[in-house]
Amino acid sequence: MAMEDVTGRPPPKSVLPMSPIGWARRNLFSSPGNTILTLASLYILWLTIPPFLDFTIFSAVWTGTTREACLVPDAGACWPFVWANIDQFIYGRYPPSEIWRVNLTFALGAAVIIPMLIPGLPARKLNLVFLLIVYPLVALVLLAGDRPGLPPVPTSEWGGLLVTLVVAITGIVASLPLGVLLALGRRSDMPAIRMLSIIFIEFWRGVPLVTVLFMASVMLPLFLPEGFSPDNLLRCLVGVALFSSAYMAEVVRGGLQSIPAGQYEAARAVGLTYWQAMTQVVLPQALRHVIPGIVNTFIGLFKDTTLVLIVGLFDLLGQVRAQLSDPNWTVPQGALTGYIFAALVFWAFCFGMSQYSNFMERRLDTSRER
Amino acid sequence: MKNPLVALLVGILIGVGGLYFFLPYDPLSLGEGPVAVTVSPDGAVERASAGDTLRRVKQRGFLQCGVSQGLPGFSNPDERGNWSGIDVDFCRAIAAAIFGDGSKVRFRPLSAKDRFTALQSGEIDILSRNTTWTMSRDTQLGFDFVGVTYYDGQSFMVRKAAGIETVKDLAGGTICTETGTTTELNLADYFRSRGLGYKVLSFEKNDEAIVAYDRGRCDAYTTDASGLYAQRLKLTDPDANMVLTDIISKEPLGPAVRQGDPQWEDIARWTLNALLNAEELGVTSENIDEMLESDNPRIRRLLGREGAYGEAVGLGPDWAVHAIRAVGNYGEMFERNVGTETPLGIKRGLNALWNEGGVQYAPPVR
Amino acid sequence: MARGQGQKRGTATLNWYNPRVRSIFYQTVVLVSVIGIVWFFAATAQENLERLNISSGFGFLDTTAGFGIIQTLIPYSEQSSYGRAFLVGLLNTLVVAVIGIVLATLLGFFIGVARLSRNWLIAKLAAAYVEIMRNIPLLLHLFFWYFAVLRPLPGPDNSLTPFDGVYLNNRGLILPAPVFDASAAYFFASLALALAGSVFLIRWAKRRQIATGQLFPAWRTATGIVVLLPALVWLIAGRPFELEFAERDAFDYVGGMRLLPEFVALVLGLTLYTAAFIGEIVRAGIQSVSKGQIEAAAALGLKDSTTLRLVVIPQAMRLIIPPLTSQILNLTKNSSLAVAIAYPDLVAVFAGTVLNQTGQAIEVISLTMAVYLTLSLLTSLAMNWYNARIALKER
Repeated sequence: MAMEDVTGRPPPKSVLPMSPIGWARRNLFSSPGNTILTLASLYILWLTIPPFLDFTIFSAVWTGTTREACLVPDAGACWPFVWANIDQFIYGRYPPSEIWRVNLTFALGAAVIIPMLIPGLPARKLNLVFLLIVYPLVALVLLAGDRPGLPPVPTSEWGGLLVTLVVAITGIVASLPLGVLLALGRRSDMPAIRMLSIIFIEFWRGVPLVTVLFMASVMLPLFLPEGFSPDNLLRCLVGVALFSSAYMAEVVRGGLQSIPAGQYEAARAVGLTYWQAMTQVVLPQALRHVIPGIVNTFIGLFKDTTLVLIVGLFDLLGQVRAQLSDPNWTVPQGALTGYIFAALVFWAFCFGMSQYSNFMERRLDTSRER
Repeated sequence: MKNPLVALLVGILIGVGGLYFFLPYDPLSLGEGPVAVTVSPDGAVERASAGDTLRRVKQRGFLQCGVSQGLPGFSNPDERGNWSGIDVDFCRAIAAAIFGDGSKVRFRPLSAKDRFTALQSGEIDILSRNTTWTMSRDTQLGFDFVGVTYYDGQSFMVRKAAGIETVKDLAGGTICTETGTTTELNLADYFRSRGLGYKVLSFEKNDEAIVAYDRGRCDAYTTDASGLYAQRLKLTDPDANMVLTDIISKEPLGPAVRQGDPQWEDIARWTLNALLNAEELGVTSENIDEMLESDNPRIRRLLGREGAYGEAVGLGPDWAVHAIRAVGNYGEMFERNVGTETPLGIKRGLNALWNEGGVQYAPPVR
Repeated sequence: MARGQGQKRGTATLNWYNPRVRSIFYQTVVLVSVIGIVWFFAATAQENLERLNISSGFGFLDTTAGFGIIQTLIPYSEQSSYGRAFLVGLLNTLVVAVIGIVLATLLGFFIGVARLSRNWLIAKLAAAYVEIMRNIPLLLHLFFWYFAVLRPLPGPDNSLTPFDGVYLNNRGLILPAPVFDASAAYFFASLALALAGSVFLIRWAKRRQIATGQLFPAWRTATGIVVLLPALVWLIAGRPFELEFAERDAFDYVGGMRLLPEFVALVLGLTLYTAAFIGEIVRAGIQSVSKGQIEAAAALGLKDSTTLRLVVIPQAMRLIIPPLTSQILNLTKNSSLAVAIAYPDLVAVFAGTVLNQTGQAIEVISLTMAVYLTLSLLTSLAMNWYNARIALKER
């Protein structure tokens, strides 16, 4: 190809700053296929967004104290139903005079977990000890009571967001150490331990959480000697912890696989034992890599807590459904309002966590680049 | 290496200290309290057998009552978490008979799936959850029914505009119901024995079943007649629907206790009988103080002025007085929860006393 | 273990410092404890069942079921046994799982590619789709789709009838059912033959292309064979099947084939939910392919779509397959939520209705768990085999 002299010619059009029309033409309508897709997407947006906004905002009833307020014709969402029952949705049937204990537990939890999440803060090991050992005990005492000064509140009265958070957080916190052990066991040289780890992991990954919860809550008493009858919530937590430990084991195993074998070999060469090499060299690197995976497992677990209604525990969704059968608030759009409210709350939590996971992923990527 | 080690030591010290000072005596008794494990004063843990439910209940200080997850009229929590309903009131009556105080009872909501195993395993002392008394449940599951609090029957809700008058007219239709209940079985039996075809949609929860019926997905919705009246409130146009008068099954709803504890069974059975006898004799929660001075020997025996009937089952002589004070007699219990003045608006019908056209007949206290 | 000077050879010393001895000791301890624990639980369960007077054993599978099921892929009636009900539930679960997996994978790939599209609107929409669908629990998805599907559909009296014999109402999509007679066997045999033949044809054409570089319109020929050959057989055999049209009775249509709204809602909910996760996995896989590959393909003059199909996706598959396996397993297990919208899958029929009628929790739940475990293991095995096939051969 011969070289041409282009001095003096105006620059090509595409270099000019983009006007909205130019941008649209390049991004949205660049080819017939793209044009069709754009038009189809706009049509789908037109079909879904206006009715949703209309129902939840524009035609919705916002104030009122009884169901009559929502019985106007063509009313949208019945938000007074949500405001009236908001205490139930968050705390379940926890006695109103003791709700300060739940709020205190939430505040302490935030104080312990948030520093763990911000990368770069000091005293992580102390924080971890507090998170894994001290906080659960303190939370247990605060929530369950049965101490001088703290009247007992049985777990059958816990409900709503409280139960969701308790089940999800306990599931993750309990499944972390167990998952690490299982992942190490799966990569072990000892065949018996490897076999048992594989069987355990594949079993819990292969059965639906519904059957696990049912087995834990309903059948566990049949497997225990007469007289041992652990609390229902405790059984459910055990089931959830075992279930999520299998997923956690796979996540940790992925992290372990990404660490070159040389790290472990060098550690052994320097004279560390197996456990020292693992805890001080390999695992810190591996766990840092799989934080996004751990957060993803947590998001999944958070959504799966909706299943505990099957075993008689009222999580947020269960509490919403329970309040729907209250004759004082029976309105035709009550179910839709309640479900939209629950969906928004779940979405807010899970979206926040997934944004955090993305943030950590980006940070790890950039930190690995040299 | 020092600081993390110190941190770990500090954490373990705090944790162990916490365990020692903060955990309850019995590590398995979080929250609800142990059901079948007792701790004697010297700290020994004994495993109790099924025979001393009363003793355990007294020691615990409250009754553990299994109820539904929300059935208006029978066991339903309001927005502040207070339970009401016939089943709830019955448990309150038993608690009052034992403790003198009808509020010493904790309600445990159970789904249709786990209601039986909760009773079998000892988590609840009595199952008062609109459960139908059938032979298989009485013989194969390890518990006994103590009476009938509500004579019910399975019926159908249909749209008035469909022009259906009897259940036979539903042949070939689609019927919505809740899964895992005798409703499904009765439905199959009825249509099969008459050689009629039908289609059934079994939902996990009644909430979805009623919405599907409302949207026109099915031609009829079936559950116990009492439940139909309650669910009708959830329809967009309750008046456009009607409950068929046909009853296709006998659904005697009653409380159940575990087998093997005759004393506990007697307590539950005779509390119910006391409430029925009270209505028969005209004793109500309002006039009970005057009735205590009555000369009628039957009233005197019921209210413990004569005889030692309460002591025979391990309760005090005022057992029936406390029960009636707490919840009223059977008629009051009925009218307050499902009667004609309530949104459900159910007439006594079969549940009236035997001498008023119904079948509620309690053996005498003597 | 390297042997230094002075070490004995042969018999290993039986002391604690020998790693093999320690290893065997630990394994024995763990095995014995695990077996002991399992034995303890089994014995306690047996004792408790006897004490509480609860029947046990698998004999209940022969008892008459007594209840009806709305979707049965095999013949079933109220007089059938519980074992038959189990099979019906199992088949319903499999149908939902297979269709859901296929659709979710297709949609997931589309979403993943759309996320990286140059069309700004499409990319943002795909991102919004993923963020919204992923973060709402599946139960809410199912409720939403069930009532969204039911809402616009009319009652049987006002069914939509796009074609003769096809009725769309809130009881389902009712189509005429084909009624086969004996000569239909030839039709199906020819269909199978055509499919097998096209598989061989495509593989032969690929081998020929690799060897000689000559192109052959294999896919078009294969499609032609699969369509024409059975049609030919159908004509020759004299139209062996007829259509049985659905008839209207007092409430609904009887006869014909029916697609239930519950089935459609379940498949929609599962597909859209799982496709969001698969979309993210596909996006991560595509982004992991080094940019140099795409630039090289562009330098060779390949179109975007060809690059995607022949260069990027095959390499991305290596990263996609393991997480995709997880999502497929999740879809199968999530189908157990079907009971919330009255679709009769395995959990709804067996671990729901049958469990409540017989009260035999341990047997029913173990059988259900065993089924799901088997399905999961089979899926894992199949995907691992595929994974090994496409793995990079490292030296």
